[in-house]
Amino acid sequence: MSSIIGPANFDFFGIFPASILAFILPVVGVGIFAYIMARRLAPLVRAAPDYRFDHIGRRIQKLFVIWLGQIKQPRYMLAGVLHIVIFAGFLILSIRSISLVIMGFSEGFVMPGFSGWVGVVYNFLKDYAATFVLIACIIAAVRRGFFKPARYAVPEKYGKDHTAEAIFVLGIIATLMISESLFEASELAYALKETGEAHFVAPLTLVWMFKHMLSGASFEFLQGLHIFSYFLHDVTFFFFLCFLPLGKHFHVITSLFNVFFMRLDKGKIKPVQHGVTAEQLDDLESFGVKKLEDFTWKHMLDFYSCADCGRCSDQCPANAVGRPLSPRFISIKARDLMFKNYPLSGEIYKSRLLVEDIYTEDEIWSCTTCGACEEECPLAIEYIDKMVDLRRGMVDEGMVPQSLQKPLKALEKRGNPYGKMEKKRADWALEKEFKAVHTIKHLAKDKADTLYFVDSITSYDDNIQEIARHTAVILQRAGVDFGILGKEEKDSGHEVLRFGEEMLYQDLKEQNTQAILATGVKQIVTADPHAYNALKNDYSGLPPVRHISQVVAEKITSGALSLKPCLEPDKVYVYHDPCYLGRHNRLYEDPRQALDAIDGLTRVELEKSRDRSFCCGGGGLMLFYEPEEDTRMGVLRVNMAAEAGANVIVTACPFCLVNIQDAIKVAGKEGEMEALDFTELIVRHLR
Amino acid sequence: MEILVCVKRVPDTAENEFELNSAGNDLDRDDLVYSVNEWDNYAVEEAIQIVDNAGGSVTVVTVGDDESEEVLRREMAMGANNGVLLSDEGFEGSDGKGIAAILKAEIEKGKYDLILTGAQADEGAGQVGGMLAAMLDYPYASLVNKIEVVDDAVIKVGREIEGGNQEMNEIQLPCVLSIQTGINEPRYVGIRGIRKVASVDIPVKGAGDLGLDAATVGDAGAKTRRVDYFVPDLGEGAEMLEGSTDEIIEKLIEKLKAKGGL
Repeated sequence: MSSIIGPANFDFFGIFPASILAFILPVVGVGIFAYIMARRLAPLVRAAPDYRFDHIGRRIQKLFVIWLGQIKQPRYMLAGVLHIVIFAGFLILSIRSISLVIMGFSEGFVMPGFSGWVGVVYNFLKDYAATFVLIACIIAAVRRGFFKPARYAVPEKYGKDHTAEAIFVLGIIATLMISESLFEASELAYALKETGEAHFVAPLTLVWMFKHMLSGASFEFLQGLHIFSYFLHDVTFFFFLCFLPLGKHFHVITSLFNVFFMRLDKGKIKPVQHGVTAEQLDDLESFGVKKLEDFTWKHMLDFYSCADCGRCSDQCPANAVGRPLSPRFISIKARDLMFKNYPLSGEIYKSRLLVEDIYTEDEIWSCTTCGACEEECPLAIEYIDKMVDLRRGMVDEGMVPQSLQKPLKALEKRGNPYGKMEKKRADWALEKEFKAVHTIKHLAKDKADTLYFVDSITSYDDNIQEIARHTAVILQRAGVDFGILGKEEKDSGHEVLRFGEEMLYQDLKEQNTQAILATGVKQIVTADPHAYNALKNDYSGLPPVRHISQVVAEKITSGALSLKPCLEPDKVYVYHDPCYLGRHNRLYEDPRQALDAIDGLTRVELEKSRDRSFCCGGGGLMLFYEPEEDTRMGVLRVNMAAEAGANVIVTACPFCLVNIQDAIKVAGKEGEMEALDFTELIVRHLR
Repeated sequence: MEILVCVKRVPDTAENEFELNSAGNDLDRDDLVYSVNEWDNYAVEEAIQIVDNAGGSVTVVTVGDDESEEVLRREMAMGANNGVLLSDEGFEGSDGKGIAAILKAEIEKGKYDLILTGAQADEGAGQVGGMLAAMLDYPYASLVNKIEVVDDAVIKVGREIEGGNQEMNEIQLPCVLSIQTGINEPRYVGIRGIRKVASVDIPVKGAGDLGLDAATVGDAGAKTRRVDYFVPDLGEGAEMLEGSTDEIIEKLIEKLKAKGGL
């Protein structure tokens, strides 16, 4: 081996042992890091409880898929690939970095298990890892600094641009890669020069290149470079470690925990407080999130974990239409507040009402709970539960816009947001032509296997009542023995829960649950995805719930329903995924399968479809809310459908139908485009 | 500042479809839902905001039956400190003057700096506030859409004038004001809020407690009486369009086109 002196045996100026410095650096570095982490943990200790220690097996699986597998990353291809390279590089090089630190005071240290062939393979791998990480850093820096993708921009109201921090960190990573490679290359060049002995070096790696560049250097230079690059690496490494918890790169540390503790159940809303049952709610002093410390510790961990990648806001429909909401800044503003209120030294500040301090009321009401942000986040950060918790807090303080107070009061008094009479809930079945042919069973007096849960909009809205009649026709033709609850049915409360009026939701849930269980039905069918999600995920103890599209798909397969060839084969159809059918319940294929069973029907796909579907504008109480916005979500959606070459937008949700029908008018595309409910298309084609 | 707000339980216009009863002299009240009179809700919100800034307490009072207690609780859930229910069989059938007389009796038992009423309630008469002020011999401002507290003795009140102009007046305390909607944005009262005040004691006072002569209130004292209640007959040139919303819109557009309106 070479006779270059490693840091463990080197003496500065011939007297001061470098090993002392190499020992002090990690001790100080780890000490400072531990102190910072302790301060960072302070708010989490004061936070609300959260149960995240269940389903360990599923959590480990998520860890493999989302954290280690980086499954979400390639959804944004270039940034995703760059991240995967840097992430994989970090994992590989972490072993090398730790051995390097120990090598500083223990000459010739080798990680246990890395002495034999494992070490050889590892060396080969880590040289490429370092090289690729450096290349990825350069591309990322050029991309961030010159091309500046729009999603990283920071609107003025949210503070200063974050580019400098991003490039600074890329510089740190690049320094680590270069110094590590120089450390090794200087040793190899020294050995080659002295003994003529050439060690195998993975070709085209940084080490390989540096070794060639250093072939003409003097022994003194190589020795100096060896020690210099060692300490450059050491100092940078510990600086980086302590810098991580100070900004968006905290995710390097927290991501592992954030993904492990992620929310496992889609479509559900967290309880008001973990460990407090519905019956005990009346005893709670306060409801929802009003101050920083009202968030759960996991939600605080979310704030720490945000990598500021902007994917959530890039997918957020509220952000797209210019509503005052950008999920990215829900996290960033809260993280900044945590840093400010829990400083690294000195006193902890008292927190104020969040909606007056860092958020605005409109910001929190702007969310349609479509879930696009959560679907996209590579770190599994949650937003819907936070929105609901913040709304619970606002409702408790009486901070509810006038536009929502009326429908909420109507829901309390009449069980529907329109304030219509309970006894008129089943009037949709009394339409002359329909009534002449069909009789609908009322489960209060008749018996049936299946309950058709209609919900408010389909029961009361003049246009949407068609969906109820179409659904009834489909069920009858498919031979399903069904009935309705009539005036015993109340609003499912899906949006009541999501708009933070917990106690009203509990009332509605209670009334519906009792009414449903009293009928003794074996299954529930609905054509409203919001009702579907409520009964399936929010309620408990009910018979199985199915959406009408599932029934149709099944009955087509079994032969109980058969469909005519397409009546309008010249038209181009596109299916719009309703959020609460698709993203929240993963029902993507059944409606498509049913559409494709219509012979000769031309169907195209929207670019944003399935789990990337774009919200139509929101359902339930969102129809009453008057947001500040530049355009409507529905209008953007109609334009997307037009770009996809479609002229019929088929959807499977009454709210989507309302929003898209309105949007077609607003977009001036009447006559060119039409919106159609899934049930109507099926009924038209029933044989 | 001690503030009293007079409120009333009324059929909720937003949540009801009104039909006449078979006798044809009143609404069919069997299937109605009730809530606090909308104007009164604004008055209570204004009172709470004044007390938040200037200190004091808010008391809500209503004349009605047992069921009227629900609106007092709702207003207390909003933030009113006390509630008083004025209830007596002898109060039934009171006209506006009778109601004002009952309220006056209660007001004289306390010491209030400011008395608020809604500008009007379900019957649209808008009379109680003015009569109450006259009976108490207090200054009165109607249709108030802005209140600024100057000091313990004087406040400024605003009123919107035809055409959107605004006037401000100084008025000496104690006084009576009738409050217009739009003066503020009343806070939301959730079910949770109402449950929190569900067990708070609300005193009930009858004619005897108030020292009222039964002959001056209720049916006995009423000098105005409703004799009829009806939906006006369609006049010349008026026509009801029938059908679904779409059909109605279509017919309307046709008619507008035919008459050159479009």
